[in-house]
Amino acid sequence: MLIIECPFCGPRNETEFHYGGQAHVAYPEDPYALSDKEWAEYLFYRENPKGEYAERWSHSAGCRKWFNAIRDTRTYEISATYKAGESRPTSTSAGA
Amino acid sequence: MDQRHLPEHPDFLWSNPEPKKSYDVIIIGGGGHGIATAYYLAKNHGITNVAVLEKGWLAGGNMARNTTIIRSNYLWDESAAIYEHSLKLWEGLEEELGYNMFFSQRGVMNLAHTLQDVRESVRRVEANRLNGIDAEWIDPKQVKELCPIININDDIRYPVMGGTYQPRAGIAKHDWVAWGYARRASELGVDLIQNCEVTGFVKDGNKITGVKTTRGTINAGKVALAAAGHTSVLADMAGFRVPIQSHPLQALVSELHEIIHPTVVMSNHVHVYVSQAHKGELVMGAGVDTFNGYGQRGSFHVIEHQMSAAVELFPAFARAHLLRTWGGIVDVTMDASPIMGKTPVDNMYINCGWGTGGFKGVPGAGWAYAHTIANDSAHETNSAFGLERFETGALIDEHGAAAVAH
Repeated sequence: MLIIECPFCGPRNETEFHYGGQAHVAYPEDPYALSDKEWAEYLFYRENPKGEYAERWSHSAGCRKWFNAIRDTRTYEISATYKAGESRPTSTSAGA
Repeated sequence: MDQRHLPEHPDFLWSNPEPKKSYDVIIIGGGGHGIATAYYLAKNHGITNVAVLEKGWLAGGNMARNTTIIRSNYLWDESAAIYEHSLKLWEGLEEELGYNMFFSQRGVMNLAHTLQDVRESVRRVEANRLNGIDAEWIDPKQVKELCPIININDDIRYPVMGGTYQPRAGIAKHDWVAWGYARRASELGVDLIQNCEVTGFVKDGNKITGVKTTRGTINAGKVALAAAGHTSVLADMAGFRVPIQSHPLQALVSELHEIIHPTVVMSNHVHVYVSQAHKGELVMGAGVDTFNGYGQRGSFHVIEHQMSAAVELFPAFARAHLLRTWGGIVDVTMDASPIMGKTPVDNMYINCGWGTGGFKGVPGAGWAYAHTIANDSAHETNSAFGLERFETGALIDEHGAAAVAH
């Protein structure tokens, strides 16, 4: 089980959280301008790196806030968590 | 088949050649899908100058990590077509390959625990029948007759309200499936090359012409991906994206028991699936870990959840000892259906996204993928499964019939 540090509540067990997939995926600025291909990319295409991944978690059994984490998908080690709206911290590990 | 015997030692089932400088087709991934594709390329299309590259050992990835369930009771016409084609191939596979696989049509039931489950299940039974697939709705008493150790009391949180039943479904011995295909593919001239990891691709403009590996660069007329959980990594090297997320999926086995579990039982709602291997282990699985991962291990709480479901359904399991757990990396699409077809790179093909259901698809996928590679166009069974469906919106939403939460 992962121990995840909620930026608001501190470290908690993984079972308190809900996974939200890739972080920093912005809603299209001008949705009407998007082609079918661009819509497909927004809706269905996400990064799937073998290495560091910026992803969203919700502390659903705690403060219920969404936040972001940097986690290595090989080791599952979480190197940083930060509040939604904050920019991705500079990587400190070797990465992918 | 009565006179079962152990298969020959795998070392003697196929040759282990050095990679040649060039092949007509290179298949990346020496699992069930990759080996079956090579076999059908040779057998159905006469294309034998083929290499299957495997970074580890043959069939040591997801092929060695699944729960071996075979069925075709999917909801949508497109899925029914490919999975039923696969099941029909399974039914003749031991004879065709001349190899025992312990293919056992012991039936699969998918339990319903809520009124909505019941409605969805009955709908799926009717959809299956329209597609010529054997399926029936069974009530709790019939569930108990087919699998006497199931608890059908109504005093538990999610009592068994019935289930769908596919009598032709079942299990097979996964290693022997791979070895059976590998032996025949090797005899037909296919090079099965183990310990050969792909590190990059060689392209001429937008056309793929070769594969860089840990054992040197190998030229290829066509390159076909069949690498399950790692397709995103390979596609990234080739310069395109796939709508896939890789997740750990755990399975586990108990110690050996007398034969007590005569069919395959799956429950999507309380979420566990169980069969009993020929040797006697209870083979169990449940849903994926929600997070992305390549670590071939998962979270303990997922096992805890599936064990609590298993013990409620099968009270006799409470005293069973868990022997071993492991994880495979499944590649999951948004519509819980596979991707099979051409890629944005010329002469490069893709077969991935089988999520938690790749094992049952091995013969059908191998057949259709070989056709796609040989003819540069899809077989009738995989024409709806191309990458383009994510742009056209013609998705095949199989989350209900996939039976495993992902």
